[in-house]
Amino acid sequence: MPKLIKMPKLSDTMTEGTLVKWHLKVGDSVDLGKLIADVETDKATMEMEAFESGIIHKFLIPEGGKVTVGAGLVVLLAPGESPPDDLNAFVASSADAPTSKKDEPKSKVATTQTDAAAARVSSKLPPIAPAPNRRVAVNNGPRVKASPLARKVAEDRGVDLSRLQGSGPGGRIIRADVESAPVSGASASPAKAVQSIRPVAGPDDQRIPLTGMRNIIAERLFASKTQIPHFYLQMEVDAAPLMALRAHVNESSEKTGGNKFTLNDFLLKSVVRAAATVPAVNASFDGDAIVQFKHVNLCVAIAVPDGLVTPVIRAAETKSLLEISQAVKDLAGRAKNKKLSPDEFAGGTITVSNLGAYGIDQFAAIINPPQAMIISIGSIRSTPVVNDKGLIVAGQRMWIGLSGDHRVVDGAVAATFLAEMRKLIESPALMLV
Amino acid sequence: MANYDLIVIGGGPAGYVGAIRAAQLGKKVACVEKERGGGTCNNWGCIPTKALLHDAELYHTMTHQAADSGFKIEGLSFDWTKIMKRSRTVSDKGAAGVEFLFKKNKIDSIRGEARIDKTGSVTVTLADGKEETHTAEKTLIATGCVTRPMPGFPFNGTTVIGSKDALALQTQPKSIVIIGAGAIGIEFAYFYNSFGTKVTVVEMLPNVLPVEDTDVSVALERSLTKQGLTILTNHKTVKTEATDKGVKITVANAKGEEKVLEAEVCLVAIGVLPLLPGGAATPKLTDRGWLQTDANYETSLKGVYGAGDIIGPPWLAHVASFEAVQAIEGMFVPGHKPKKIGIFPGCTYCHPQVASTGLTEQAAKEKGLKYKVGKFSYAASGKARAVGESEGFVKLIIGEPHGEILGAHIIGAEATELLAELSLAITLEATIEEIEATIHAHPTLSEMVKEAAEVAAGHAIHV
Repeated sequence: MPKLIKMPKLSDTMTEGTLVKWHLKVGDSVDLGKLIADVETDKATMEMEAFESGIIHKFLIPEGGKVTVGAGLVVLLAPGESPPDDLNAFVASSADAPTSKKDEPKSKVATTQTDAAAARVSSKLPPIAPAPNRRVAVNNGPRVKASPLARKVAEDRGVDLSRLQGSGPGGRIIRADVESAPVSGASASPAKAVQSIRPVAGPDDQRIPLTGMRNIIAERLFASKTQIPHFYLQMEVDAAPLMALRAHVNESSEKTGGNKFTLNDFLLKSVVRAAATVPAVNASFDGDAIVQFKHVNLCVAIAVPDGLVTPVIRAAETKSLLEISQAVKDLAGRAKNKKLSPDEFAGGTITVSNLGAYGIDQFAAIINPPQAMIISIGSIRSTPVVNDKGLIVAGQRMWIGLSGDHRVVDGAVAATFLAEMRKLIESPALMLV
Repeated sequence: MANYDLIVIGGGPAGYVGAIRAAQLGKKVACVEKERGGGTCNNWGCIPTKALLHDAELYHTMTHQAADSGFKIEGLSFDWTKIMKRSRTVSDKGAAGVEFLFKKNKIDSIRGEARIDKTGSVTVTLADGKEETHTAEKTLIATGCVTRPMPGFPFNGTTVIGSKDALALQTQPKSIVIIGAGAIGIEFAYFYNSFGTKVTVVEMLPNVLPVEDTDVSVALERSLTKQGLTILTNHKTVKTEATDKGVKITVANAKGEEKVLEAEVCLVAIGVLPLLPGGAATPKLTDRGWLQTDANYETSLKGVYGAGDIIGPPWLAHVASFEAVQAIEGMFVPGHKPKKIGIFPGCTYCHPQVASTGLTEQAAKEKGLKYKVGKFSYAASGKARAVGESEGFVKLIIGEPHGEILGAHIIGAEATELLAELSLAITLEATIEEIEATIHAHPTLSEMVKEAAEVAAGHAIHV
């Protein structure tokens, strides 16, 4: 009996998936649990494992192909079995009707790779997960009269119901109103929907379809920059003591074969310690309240080949410098190999972005919503400075910056936080106690 | 000669409802009707047939189901004339009710035949032959339709009849051939069969109630056949003949094999024809002869509107009333944009009853919609079993991924009453989640609607 492996439904909202890569070729044998393919959904790239065994007879879609959930992907035959006379008829009759229960795809999916923002924080996990994009329309402001169907479609499309005029009975918003509405800033794919000025591409220009990750970066940061009232602070700090301490620590650790610390490890530690001192910055805006988090869940921005991910070091205030250092190494390594799981992106409260390695002196980052603050760190430069004796001497200086959500954090609070960071960076031994 | 804001021609579910709505809006209204208030619905359709079907069901219950409940009924008989008379009385009361409503709303009810010679006026030929002409700012044509005869087989009122005659047959025929298995054909088939007439139904299309979901049509055909009807689907009527003793109907199946059906009476239920008012001013018609109207229900004659059966299918009383109210509000409520019929319910009152709204599964498939089906059978309902009605099912066509109700199809006891919840759900754009979240009283037949929603959601308790 030939078997058909179908596009599995990997998330609640998934309607189609892109076959990123086949890991096997025609004629390969497949066993339970064997990795068949990488599939990109609207949220993540995932590995698809076989749930049945057989010999691969035919791939029905090429790499890069996009198909709806339930569509056939691979035809498997038993060893020695001859293919069905009419392969198309077999596929047509075996693929579904992506709807009914009995057609559940027979593939087990191991969620091993995904991308940062993909870890859309579930709204079932309250304070950590304000998920503002989804809730603005429904929960904030005056009551909106809208049909249940209209609400669901609006949520899918990222339409803000409070901005719509209803055409249903009694002015109720109905599905048609949502479908004809422009997608709001907090949209599911605003990068596509809201853009009014579009590039003109010539025949020599390349058109690169958005990957799931790119789409989410576009969505989240568009929402952030248009919805969150950002303000920016910059401060120059003396990095010499930190350089010296790091050199000292690494020197001794090198002898013992211990952990090698990066400057960033110290800077992350300084952010965590400063946040513990100024807890008001470790918070999120949630419509009618500010949620102040107990733990500092530190997001570290990590560049990956086709984008950017921000995995989380959970309860970072409970972790030693060594633990933070090891956590970052582990996350960065797995991020590059796309081996992070969705929960490793969820629930961050503060993000740190360090572009020092690229020679950037200072920059203003966009807040990673729903967080209230992102810290930007520049490179360390040798530069003449005026010391406390009024003399010009050679110094090691570094710019640290903060982008804050003014709904949550005011300038003075943010400045206090930065000053606390500076104190720790300039007296780095304080971080070790 | 009087001057009105509105003259309505026709006193049926479009005409009288439109007239009352206009009067409620403070307009001076006249309604011209050549027979009596209530139209086909009250006088020759919906209402009197429901009276007959109620009696048929009662009789069927006594003869077929009472024994199961432990009743022993001996010497049971019925009086055909009284059955027919009760049905007429129900209509009489309805017609009187319409006249009462006209009075209450200060509507001039004019009995006579109307014609439009020029826009802005209506001329009425009264019963005594006198004519009177009234002027009106707006005119609403709601003249409805009449039964369509078979070509070459004219109605004679005794052996070749339409639905109107069938409601007033003075003696019960021993046998009847019914051409057409739509709602009208099926209702009369059930009625006559229940009282012992030998009934044969001929339908050209593959299923009875061809507009319904195929699952429902198939279940109904099975049920009616079990009740003793002969149903010939996929059969064309090729020859019709009225004889001394009755009728001879020649039918042919898909292969062209012919068969002659003889019966005392032939009921022709193959559709309806438009019934237009006369007059020199002639509005444009559709290619099928129905009154052509625009988005505001206005005809090609300025100030002359149409609503109800006369503007074309679907020919249903509740659709007619909806259209009339929309047309009137478009005329007299500033800023009102009339709505056209979208989704509407359809009901057939045989037993088991059939009720539906929205898309059939076939239609959903043809439209390429993503859907799932939730089906729950009466046999699994405690209430249905308790009342001895375990035949039938509720079938919901549910849109994916949001769970909206694309269509609802019910066959079984009280199906027509169960449908309203689903019609409301569609109007309010409720999804199966809202249906599931609503506590349905136990034990009721309406629980089946919730169960069907749960089946669609994949977590039914009782299947």
